Amino acid sequence: MHHVVVERWNRLDSPLHAVDARAKFIALIFFLVAVATTPPPAQLAFAVYMLLLAVAAVVSRLPLIGLLERACLVLPFGATFAALTWWSGNPISALALIEKSFLSGFAALLLVGTTPLPKLVGALDWLGAPRTLLLVIQFLYRYLFVISEQGQHMRLAARSRQGPRRRNAGFHAAGGALGVLFARSSERADGIYRAMLARGFQGRFPLGAPHAFTIRDGVFLASAAVLCVATRVVL
Amino acid sequence: MTTVVEVHGLRYRYPDGTQALDGVEFCLHADESVALLGANGSGKTTFVLHLNGLLEGEGTIEICGKRLTRQNAAEARAKVGLVFQDSDEQLFLPTVLEDVAFGPSNQGLSHSEAIARAHATLEQVGMGSALQKAPYHLSSGEKRRVAIAGVLAMDPEILVLDEPTTFLDPPGQRDLVKLLRALPQAKILVTHDVSLARQLCTRAVFFERGKVAGEGPVDEIARRFNWTPA
Repeated sequence: MHHVVVERWNRLDSPLHAVDARAKFIALIFFLVAVATTPPPAQLAFAVYMLLLAVAAVVSRLPLIGLLERACLVLPFGATFAALTWWSGNPISALALIEKSFLSGFAALLLVGTTPLPKLVGALDWLGAPRTLLLVIQFLYRYLFVISEQGQHMRLAARSRQGPRRRNAGFHAAGGALGVLFARSSERADGIYRAMLARGFQGRFPLGAPHAFTIRDGVFLASAAVLCVATRVVL
Repeated sequence: MTTVVEVHGLRYRYPDGTQALDGVEFCLHADESVALLGANGSGKTTFVLHLNGLLEGEGTIEICGKRLTRQNAAEARAKVGLVFQDSDEQLFLPTVLEDVAFGPSNQGLSHSEAIARAHATLEQVGMGSALQKAPYHLSSGEKRRVAIAGVLAMDPEILVLDEPTTFLDPPGQRDLVKLLRALPQAKILVTHDVSLARQLCTRAVFFERGKVAGEGPVDEIARRFNWTPA
């Protein structure tokens, strides 16, 4: 199944994978705040942010092309607002919008690509995130996989019965398939929830072994914070 | 002989108005294995979903001598281990070991205790070499074993298996029969497969339109209801 790529990535072994999820999450917050508050003319700062992410990507041993492809998925959203900004006569802000959305997407992808979900949720739990929010994140994550899996099965079934192509036939088929996809996914999700209840689920997912916050995690967090703040303030 | 499941006058109607169960009477003794036979839609699966409180109908259900209520459903779920027909619905965590540890974690065991219990159960079902594998990379037979391990890890007194041979090839079915024979729990098997019922069960209960239409030795029930393969 295609949807397991990130799941496969976060089970790999690298120095970045070994860092505590809490340290990585707080480092991400520093990075996002620094990027979001960098003024558009500070183009050198954006280059340094990209350099920091490139170093992290190399250390994580994740496939660079795969990371870049997935990080680009956020661009259509940023590009829409960037186009409006460009037309209003502010090209440097438009460019900064695209840079900020790409850098933010890339950084978030690095976090989820190097941290299994239970550990990430454990970090959020430790940071005091509301339990309902954590539950929603975990269900959403699980059910996205359910929808993706159902979608892939339906696509295979449709392709196996594909006749000669007719104009607009694809749109008609896709419209109908979308409805069926959600109905089936809903049934499937009901079944999964029922199976969870049968094994004693009472509204709390197991969060994995508690991780000791080591000196190495502290060094990682401090370095990331200093680099982000320094880039934001100095450049 | 100790009775571990006792059901009287169980009735259940689905929200769309379908009367799925219409006064079911049933009992299961410790160390006994019973097959539930019957056509699709006769109420077998709906019935077993009641045994650990996933559905609530009218009537009474006693699990190990205690009446099942909404308040003690969690306790009943620890006693009645339900293995679903589709293992993919049951296996949802990233690795086999984590998935099997899900039930014990919900029972309040610490992370290390739950992992140790999962480890031991996976060894018991012959899946000790697949601990770190992703469940979706397993064959149907292996998934079924892991799904059974996920339930056994909760140390249930009663094992309920819904169509356990679905998606299994003949060698997979043989392995499953061998595994189930070795398990000491009282068992309820929901199945269409009379030969499986013959191999594992001493008694069969035949469901028809939400009622128990007959019960007795497997062969006798299969003959009486013409429930033999073509």
